[in-house]
Amino acid sequence: MTDAPLPTPRNSGWAHLVYVLRDNPVTLLAFTLFAFLIFCALLGPSVVPYDPLQTNAAKSLQPPSWEHWFGTDQIGRDVFSRVIVATRLDLSISVAAVALSFVVGSVLGAIAGYWGGWLDAVLNRCLDTIMAFPLFVLAMGIVAALGNTIENIIYATAIINMPFYARLVRAEVNIRRDAGFARAAKLSGNSDLRVLACHIFPNALPPMMVQVSLNLGWAILNAAGLSFIGLGVRPPTPEWGIMVAEGANFIVSGEWWLAVFPGLWLMLAVFTFNLLGDGLRDIVDPRKRS
Amino acid sequence: MLNVRDLAVSFQTRRGPVSAVRGISFDLAKGEILGIVGESGSGKSVTSYALMRILDAGGTITAGDVTYSGIDLRRATERDMRDIRGREISMIFQNPRAALNPIRKVGHQIEDVMRQHARATRQDARAKAIAALQAVRIKDAEARYDAYPFELSGGMCQRVVCAIALACDPKLLIADEPTTGLDITTQKAVMDLVRELIRDRGMSSLLITHDLGLAAQYCDRIMVMKDGQIVEQGDPVQIFSAPHHAYTRKLVDATPREGETIRSLLPPEDRTPTLPHKVHNRPLLDVQNLVKTYQGKSGPVQAVRGISFRVNEGQSVGLVGESGCGKSTTSEILVRLMDATSGTILFDGQDIAGIPAQRFVRDPRRADIQMVFQDATDSLNPRHSARHCIAEPLQRLARMTGARLSARVEDLATLVGLPLTLLDRFPHQLSGGQKARVGIARAVALEPRFLILDEPTAALDVSIQAVVLNLLVDLRAKLGLSYLFVSHDLHVVRLLCDHVIVMKDGQIVEEGPTEQVMRQPRDPYTRTLLAAAPKPPARRVAAE
Repeated sequence: MTDAPLPTPRNSGWAHLVYVLRDNPVTLLAFTLFAFLIFCALLGPSVVPYDPLQTNAAKSLQPPSWEHWFGTDQIGRDVFSRVIVATRLDLSISVAAVALSFVVGSVLGAIAGYWGGWLDAVLNRCLDTIMAFPLFVLAMGIVAALGNTIENIIYATAIINMPFYARLVRAEVNIRRDAGFARAAKLSGNSDLRVLACHIFPNALPPMMVQVSLNLGWAILNAAGLSFIGLGVRPPTPEWGIMVAEGANFIVSGEWWLAVFPGLWLMLAVFTFNLLGDGLRDIVDPRKRS
Repeated sequence: MLNVRDLAVSFQTRRGPVSAVRGISFDLAKGEILGIVGESGSGKSVTSYALMRILDAGGTITAGDVTYSGIDLRRATERDMRDIRGREISMIFQNPRAALNPIRKVGHQIEDVMRQHARATRQDARAKAIAALQAVRIKDAEARYDAYPFELSGGMCQRVVCAIALACDPKLLIADEPTTGLDITTQKAVMDLVRELIRDRGMSSLLITHDLGLAAQYCDRIMVMKDGQIVEQGDPVQIFSAPHHAYTRKLVDATPREGETIRSLLPPEDRTPTLPHKVHNRPLLDVQNLVKTYQGKSGPVQAVRGISFRVNEGQSVGLVGESGCGKSTTSEILVRLMDATSGTILFDGQDIAGIPAQRFVRDPRRADIQMVFQDATDSLNPRHSARHCIAEPLQRLARMTGARLSARVEDLATLVGLPLTLLDRFPHQLSGGQKARVGIARAVALEPRFLILDEPTAALDVSIQAVVLNLLVDLRAKLGLSYLFVSHDLHVVRLLCDHVIVMKDGQIVEEGPTEQVMRQPRDPYTRTLLAAAPKPPARRVAAE
């Protein structure tokens, strides 16, 4: 230890996380909001004051009060409880969809970026085809064709997001294909596949994290949008999109809280994920740790 | 003309302020060429940026005065500075390609500067730009006016940058490593040109370089910087023959030149006797008629045109040539990362050229042929620690695990002189020399018989180059390695190799024992290469 020119910097993940959060208050805010959303998703159903499905005809369409923070809907269900409970479903849909498109997009993009040639050309034209459609209409079409279930919403959202990942990974892999460390890895006895998976791909993660986080917000919006037009999740399941859709009918008659609170919650979730991106990138990039 | 007094510059970083320049003072007289020499991190570039007030974000001049012909540069307004930059003081940057706008014709880029400083009008700009191109000896300037930077060679680009810098007849030219990355013959051409232009126009110049030999050849006075301070200044001959400061002595020692041995690059106290290496009269590698043809946009490009040579067991062969001569392609093929178009490579008597590069990974001879890459930074995975990098070949090819693996990694680190405490650092936390050691440790981990060294010291400071070259010599003796040392620098090759091959345009123009090629070069190209290398003044040995 004595002849080391500098004390070895401790780069434990925890210390680094603390540094990233302290360095950037926006990231701290994003992570706080994210923690709150996760809390709602995990424990929401057991902490909310009312059963989100229980109707109470005597208390229908009540404005926000101490008893019902976000008011009640047309059949007397507590809007606050429904909004919190819906977090789990909305987050699950978006996380599952993003994870699926991340995995599929990464594999396709990495292969195209690494080997290039006709494989690359074919894949790129396929992605172009997907992106040539208005994506939301494409998602509608997929759900309508496959059937009106939550799984199909996930698949549809995954398919329309996949090209973004594939393109990003393709570009990131392509610039590192002939990097010195990739060639050195081959000399160390790694097959092409291993070089790609263990050496090149992990270096593409930091920009991917930004994409993942932006995409999560987008996927939530997409899922809510599909429910809003009556595809996917069906009432009476609490879900932000359906709640906004149902509440929209009552805005003209003055019962604004039915649509506004689920809408605000949706906005909060999207906002959180959009803010999260840069912080996540800083955390997965080892070069930021010094 | 230029007076700098107690200049200090510091940068705001995550770990608090870091002083890059700590109170330096110097004067530059009219018509003088002053060389600032130092290794990376010595603050030499930051000094020049501070003079021009173009410091990167976070950098501020914390103290001192900079006066240029009576103008206080530190306190001048940004508007005045804009006027001074280009017209009074101009700058040539390190990477000419990056300094030029890639999507604008070079002629227009010269016009931009002239019109900015009202040296040309719309009507006569073209003529003046062509005249500026002619002034930097660009042949066929009229046609080059319409060229884009990517259509020009590196040397041509640097000439264009010179033309831009000189377009408004500045009084002071700051050249920041103007020839780093250029070939040695181009370097000579560019430097000769710059010196001549400066002399003709009676300008002053600051030449910033890491190459003491280059500075000695072109400067009237040299200033040696270390850690943001000037440790010594004086005229070049004096600095070389009788350096006062210990650091200058170390730099002078480390600069390769004629008639010295590899050990004399090191400080005197580290000069242990060179371990002898045995050269057997048995070919380890026999290359016959190697050809590589690429499919270019305008038809096939022949990178390597049928070369044949031998490397004997235990021998070190130098492969010398300038960029584009096919030396990198040759080494890629030999290390089996690329397939040859035709030809045979006999390794230990068996042809390995027939095995496709993709399948060679599983060949038992994979461990016998390894390579040290040119850029140590690029060749280490940024996400892997030094330990992980060195362990990789052992895990993959020798199937070592657990305690045996970590013991071997630590042995290797000791062998290449890497402190064990650094093993858990990531590449970006290591210095250039330390990264080079990690790269070498990884290459020798499997005890290969044949090691290709692709300009392993090109990106390193001279004092670190000296240490790395000596390390390579020691390893060769200890492990009985055969080297193919790829380089553009004949002086470095001379120190290390028994045999030299000179390549040009994909062909071997000359080969032979090192001393013979260096003393009596037969081919005119070899003679040009030798003449182009900067010749530092000889060191007075008696001074020790």
